[in-house]
Amino acid sequence: MASYSTNEFRPGLKVLLEGDPCSILENEFVKPGKGQAFNRVKFRNLKTGRVWERTIKSGLRIEAADVLELDMEYLYTDGEFWHFMKTDGSFEQIAAAEATVVDVKNWLKEQEVFQVTLWNDTPISVTPPNFVELEVAETDPGLKGDTAQGATKPATLSTGVTVKVPLFINIGDILRIDTRKGEYVSRA
Amino acid sequence: MNGFWQPSCSLDALSARAELLRTLREFFVAREVLEVQTATLASHTVTDINIESLRVQDNSFLQTSPEYQLKRLLAAGAPSIYQLGPVFRAGEAGRLHNPEFTLLEWYRLGFDDVMLMAEVAELVDLVLGPQPVRLLPYRELVGTLTGDRDVLDLACADALARLGPGRFFVTEYPAQQAALARLNSANPEVAARFELVIDGVEIANGYHELGDAAELRRRFQDDCAERVSTGHFCPELDERFLAAMEAGLPDCAGVALGVDRLLMLKMGASSLAEVMPFPVGVA
Repeated sequence: MASYSTNEFRPGLKVLLEGDPCSILENEFVKPGKGQAFNRVKFRNLKTGRVWERTIKSGLRIEAADVLELDMEYLYTDGEFWHFMKTDGSFEQIAAAEATVVDVKNWLKEQEVFQVTLWNDTPISVTPPNFVELEVAETDPGLKGDTAQGATKPATLSTGVTVKVPLFINIGDILRIDTRKGEYVSRA
Repeated sequence: MNGFWQPSCSLDALSARAELLRTLREFFVAREVLEVQTATLASHTVTDINIESLRVQDNSFLQTSPEYQLKRLLAAGAPSIYQLGPVFRAGEAGRLHNPEFTLLEWYRLGFDDVMLMAEVAELVDLVLGPQPVRLLPYRELVGTLTGDRDVLDLACADALARLGPGRFFVTEYPAQQAALARLNSANPEVAARFELVIDGVEIANGYHELGDAAELRRRFQDDCAERVSTGHFCPELDERFLAAMEAGLPDCAGVALGVDRLLMLKMGASSLAEVMPFPVGVA
């Protein structure tokens, strides 16, 4: 298995730390004038998304993680697995378990392209695009001409998620949503 | 985006550096400390296990500090002296490191470590503006004086990173980390060595200097044994330096201060690349 020395560490490098695949965020070389050199490294655990900070003796090697980040189209769920398809024309499909999609279920719209992270060919995380367009499934009737600043009502979207929307929104409207904040942006 | 030929620092940083160099020289002129220039390329180098020298083809070394040559001048009868110039350390590159950097190193005849700390604090007050410096014994900082050197170094660096803003003199280093300092006469567990740390950044390292040639030789031989046992290159001992110590180093204290880092703090910068025109990678 390939490995990397601390002096090869750079942001984006994928390594195995304590058994989990991680992406290096920051690597700082630290050397006291009269002491030994080490690296202060920030990792993002790709399974949990948590940031780990570790101090590592310079020159140590860490095992590389076989991690791939692919753009994949969401197809459907059979209730047990969530199926994605490669966008490279191969039509190759992979199935993600519920734990992998739990954080992005709100934005899973069919035919939308997501970034899927594969570790040893198994999906470990799914990242939605920054913006998705979803249809309003349920909301109170729209109040025409209501322009009151900041007034909102809840709306349930086609994926089941509820977001705050302006009062003039109606059932069937297509909305642009910022997935990072879970917020309504505009009518699409 | 800058072109690949352009300097990494701003033109303002050039002016700030020139002003700092002038301030430092005026500081020593006022105190009648003599500026000297020793060789940057010399036949010998340090044995310190944590410092790697750059070796050039004809088997001489770019100096990691002017320490040995400055002490040879003192043994030859020079008054208090300083050198301000480039030094080199192999393999050190990062936000706070560059293989070539500017070191200010000075020696004060008749001073001990406590007197020299006071002078270092005056110099820093002059450059960065006055602020008190807190004394912080190593044992208080790290929690212990004993243990595996690797573990202590990591614990010390982590403790320094947690110190936060402010000026600190870390004092009373474990005897094992005395380097070229004498041991504290009242407590030989600790060395008469100090480091100045400002806002978590190591700025200076000073000693009440050890002049005992036999003890120095023993420390160098220990370094060499460790270098050999860990598969590292070990340079020959610098016999000219040891002969000078044999002839007699006057009682003195000395300190080396990283000028680029001081400039970085003065400018409120966060990396050496912001204060050096051509750091490694651009040079």
